Amino acid sequence: MDSVDQYVARADALYHDVSYRSVAEWKTRTGKKAAGHLPVYAPREIIDAAGMLPVAMHGAGDQVEIIRGDAYFQSYICQLPRSTIELAMSGRLDDIDAFLFPSTCDVIRNLSGMWKMLFPKKFVRYLDLPQNFDRKVAGRFWAGELRHLYADLCALNGTTPSDDALRLSLARFSANRRAVASLMALRASEPWRAPAAEAYLIIRAGDVMPVEEHTAFIEGYLAAAQGADRPMRDYTRVVVTGAFCEQPPLELIRTLERAGCYLVWDDFTVGARFLEGDVSLAGDPIEALAQAFLNQSVKNACVYEPDGKKGEWLVNTVRDTRADGVVFAAPSFCDPALLEQPMLVTALERAGIPHTSFKYAENLGQFQVIREQAGTFSDGLRLWSNA
Amino acid sequence: MSTEQSAAVKEPSMLQQKEMIAEHFRELSRTGETKKKVVYTFVPGNLTELLLAFDVLPVHPEINALQSAMRQKAGAYIGEAERIGHSEDVCTYVKCDIGMKRLGNVGPTGEVLPKPDLLLLSYTGCFTFMKWFELLRQEYDCPVVMLHTPYQGDGEITPTMTQYMVEQIRQQVIPALEKLTGKSFDEERLRELMRLSARAEDDMVAVLESAKHKPSPIDAYFGGVYYIGPMFTAFRGTQGAVDYYAQLRRECNQRIAAGEGPITPEGTSPKERFRLIVEGPPNWTHFREFWKMFHDEGAVVVASTYTKVGGTYDLGFRHDPTNPLESLAQYCMGCYTNRNLPQRLDMIVKYADEYSADGLLINSVKSCNSFSAGQLMLLREFERRTGKPGGFIETDLVDARYFSAANVKNRIESYLQMIVQKRTAGAASVDLAAAASLVRSLPVINQGGAA
Amino acid sequence: MKAWIGIDLGSTTTKAIFLDEQGKELGRGITNSRSSYDLASRIAQDEGRLAARFTLLDRELRADDELATHSDKVRGQLLHRFRRDQEVVQLEALRELVAEECRSPRVAAIAKPLEERATGIVDSLITAEKKPALPLAGKAAKTSDFFRDRAASGFGRLAEEQSDASVKFADLLGVFDKAILRVENTPFELSFDTRIRSAIREVARTLPDSVRDRCIAAVERAAAIPLDEVRVIGTGYGRARLPFPKENIRSEILCHGLGAHAQFPGTRTVLDIGGQDTKAIQVDDAGIVTGFQMNDRCAAGCGRYLGYIADEMSLGIHELGPLAQQSERNVRITSTCTVFAGAELRDRLANGQRREDILAGLHRAVILRAMALLARSGGVLDEFTFTGGVANNPAAVDALMQLVEENYGKRTLNISAGSIFTGALGAALFALRADAAQA
Repeated sequence: MDSVDQYVARADALYHDVSYRSVAEWKTRTGKKAAGHLPVYAPREIIDAAGMLPVAMHGAGDQVEIIRGDAYFQSYICQLPRSTIELAMSGRLDDIDAFLFPSTCDVIRNLSGMWKMLFPKKFVRYLDLPQNFDRKVAGRFWAGELRHLYADLCALNGTTPSDDALRLSLARFSANRRAVASLMALRASEPWRAPAAEAYLIIRAGDVMPVEEHTAFIEGYLAAAQGADRPMRDYTRVVVTGAFCEQPPLELIRTLERAGCYLVWDDFTVGARFLEGDVSLAGDPIEALAQAFLNQSVKNACVYEPDGKKGEWLVNTVRDTRADGVVFAAPSFCDPALLEQPMLVTALERAGIPHTSFKYAENLGQFQVIREQAGTFSDGLRLWSNA
Repeated sequence: MSTEQSAAVKEPSMLQQKEMIAEHFRELSRTGETKKKVVYTFVPGNLTELLLAFDVLPVHPEINALQSAMRQKAGAYIGEAERIGHSEDVCTYVKCDIGMKRLGNVGPTGEVLPKPDLLLLSYTGCFTFMKWFELLRQEYDCPVVMLHTPYQGDGEITPTMTQYMVEQIRQQVIPALEKLTGKSFDEERLRELMRLSARAEDDMVAVLESAKHKPSPIDAYFGGVYYIGPMFTAFRGTQGAVDYYAQLRRECNQRIAAGEGPITPEGTSPKERFRLIVEGPPNWTHFREFWKMFHDEGAVVVASTYTKVGGTYDLGFRHDPTNPLESLAQYCMGCYTNRNLPQRLDMIVKYADEYSADGLLINSVKSCNSFSAGQLMLLREFERRTGKPGGFIETDLVDARYFSAANVKNRIESYLQMIVQKRTAGAASVDLAAAASLVRSLPVINQGGAA
Repeated sequence: MKAWIGIDLGSTTTKAIFLDEQGKELGRGITNSRSSYDLASRIAQDEGRLAARFTLLDRELRADDELATHSDKVRGQLLHRFRRDQEVVQLEALRELVAEECRSPRVAAIAKPLEERATGIVDSLITAEKKPALPLAGKAAKTSDFFRDRAASGFGRLAEEQSDASVKFADLLGVFDKAILRVENTPFELSFDTRIRSAIREVARTLPDSVRDRCIAAVERAAAIPLDEVRVIGTGYGRARLPFPKENIRSEILCHGLGAHAQFPGTRTVLDIGGQDTKAIQVDDAGIVTGFQMNDRCAAGCGRYLGYIADEMSLGIHELGPLAQQSERNVRITSTCTVFAGAELRDRLANGQRREDILAGLHRAVILRAMALLARSGGVLDEFTFTGGVANNPAAVDALMQLVEENYGKRTLNISAGSIFTGALGAALFALRADAAQA
């Protein structure tokens, strides 16, 4: 068995591989194509079942200097689309054959049209996730969209559509989500065993790893982490939300923990666990995946919440993870997260849960202010609970 | 859109529109007695005919927000919303609306607006709409019906998309309205309303296309927002709208016959010197000042994309009474911001040719990513495809803090002067080159610092 | 002599250029933009007119082969005298106002000694100025174009020497600051004609007998040439506030494009980074603007940002670039937000990062913003001309050269020391062209 450090080193290397060399290697090895998708949710099962490598794209973080990307966006638009364009224009996305743009927000939506104009030779698809959650009406629509996508990706990759391939993929991703959930559970129960930035890297490794490999990778890490001797600290326990699309820099995650906050739950990688639980393998697999989205998906600012119990999930998450408070961490100019925040605040205040908030950008370079803010928040919570 | 226009010249259509709006707000203020139901909904992808078929009164929060801005109330409203925790980064329409509600919900006519009995979330072409009504649901604790309009991601409307829309309307929107009003759905009535819609739409398209004349009898952006008012809001499908557009069309024809330009708040326009296309919504806090910057330079907007947010009638769409629900679905999906970027570009390029425009000016508003994300690319592609110059200005919808008059004026002037310079380039280049060659002899120190 | 004038009213400085009928430069003037744009443009124009006068004088001297050999000397001495007179007039006004300020009730307690010392200091400056060879302000006088800076430097140095417990340095500086503001807002136009006639007689004494009279005659002829200022065109940030008719105002985009073309005819792309804004301009082979982009409402990435940084580090703006050039390792700065600049700077310094490295990172960040505008406007074509105050900053130039080459390949980069006059030059060319078109 590898040590924790070995797992983390591998995940770290993949995280820093903004040229997607591992994807190129996979393609050479398999002779198949790769399909990238932007945050938050994309039906990766469909990509996998078409024999393609699903690649979750999360911008370039703080690793690439933005020159070309800034030419396409005004200053009041978030960072992620700039770095995504920068990566593409600098040839770093050449190995990605198909691009899927989910309906996360208007910026990603419009980026799909820009992509069509910028890269006319690439396969580009906008994924209109249903915002209506009626099982029948939306189920038919979404299943139709998924079927259409599956057929097109199979055609692109030279594979034959098959229900068996789809079922295999559904099962693989269900297993992967179980592994991710175990890691999240460890974070909630014994956060000192898997520091936030480390767990983050382990999950992010799934952005580019084939799914079954990633599942084994998480399981291996979990075993190693549980055996590692790491001191438990007197930190407060916080839930972090708002960071589901453009990602916080790694240093920001470390800063929060260093400031005395255990991140017992966060939505950084919520795209990898957007569906909760296993997808049914009975009946038509496309229908099953469509219904899973309508009935088993998490609550997130980028999808409509039909029942009107806004924030209930957050209050429950705080309770389930025995968190002391909530940190709202949203990328600057992020419409979904920032429009959602006041509603979540209302729910938290009703439940008497303390919270704080700040904004970031994926290429943020200084953390002093956030360090102080998180430290103060954490100290405040501790005083509060002692009082 | 539809606010009182303090024009030097008042045409009958203006008075007509003013009265229609006043009557609508009077009705809204009387719902306590009349027991009429109130539905809040959005302009893009609005189902006005269906609402009118159930005798409910629509309220459009975006219109309230822009009216607040024109009445210089938006600053206080936005401030209130930010005070209670809304981010400075997000859409100011939303914040203006929330702030207005929190500070008493006084509408444009000075009367308190009735609360919604239902929020019809016509989720068309704008992500923020969804969050907006989630926020309003929290404010009002009232039911919401979601009408998810699929986006034309691949530049087309597929049968799956239409079916999805029709099923939502038939199985969710109509039952919700039946439940709300206690009336059953009268398809014949809907057809009749849609017949009237189509008549008014014909006249409105004729008005918008009158800008193809030189000089243009209308301004299709600043004036345009008045012309689309009744069509995009509570009046489509009414006889009032039919009459309004017939009158408006007559007035346009008269101005064409007289060789006159548009009527503006400064009076009739000076000589038409520039014919522009404008992409993006206007700024409402300085609407008149903004318009005047164009007026002063003799710049007339001959086509705009903003006047297509509530329907792309000029591309041929008409409400079709023979197929009412499919037609409503097609209408929603065809709205401007529900079209993908290549489609938007095609439209603008087509306008450049059909309206003999000098160029494209983009007003990029901070609030609206649906419009703004990708505009810099539209600009570049427009220039590449048409060879006509593009200009770029940045403002906001209803937040005065993002309107720098000096900055905007500077860019508009620079842009228009560039057009003039290009026009006269052939004649001037000779003597300029001569002058320049002489200027070269003046002491230029450290020439070619680096190569 | 007919002259066409361009005035560029910038946020920091106001520039004027005079052109003759052939488009040759007659003169240029520069002053700091004050709260009164009107006055700033008038002073820049006065300066330009004076320079134009000297150009005419020079032409007259050079028309005579024998006089031509003496022209540099004669012109230099005359200019020196003229500048000296100008300086003295302003210092005298300063003395009077300093005295007045010392009588303000604010400083009543020390009024007498304060007035003695303050006026004494200005008197020393005047005496020094009147000395033929060695102006007292020394080197500082040559480094600044502005009376304000020269006077402040001389006054400050003497005040330091002469302050003590009874009259403090701050007291002296206090009256100076108030007085200099008032001097600045008073225009001083010295009559060229009368002064030059007396001055040439003195200067001519040093000339050989054979040319003396001819030289005096030539200078008098030059002084008598009427200067017909045919048209003034205004441009720049404050152009809307210039007291000009609308048809005599041009956008600074057009003026920069044409001005850059005039300085470097191969120019196809112009980058101008000024105090308040950054412009990327594309021009065709005749200097006609074909496209442009400007920064948005936020001042990040403009000269002003570097100004904040200089203030934050207690450095002069001209010291930033050379310091940044001493950087040894890359520090990546992602935010060019002026609001956060100070905090970020202190944070980094506290983290032990070297000042030079941080400064290099900041310069690169400013240029990155400009690169985005350049890309929006259509890229960087050959040749590429860099203008505006930031073009004088060597670290900014280094960063620009590197990024342009990385992204667009090798480009000829033109930077003129007179790049700050680019807009005014363009405006003057437009003035000339307006009348040429009518003719």
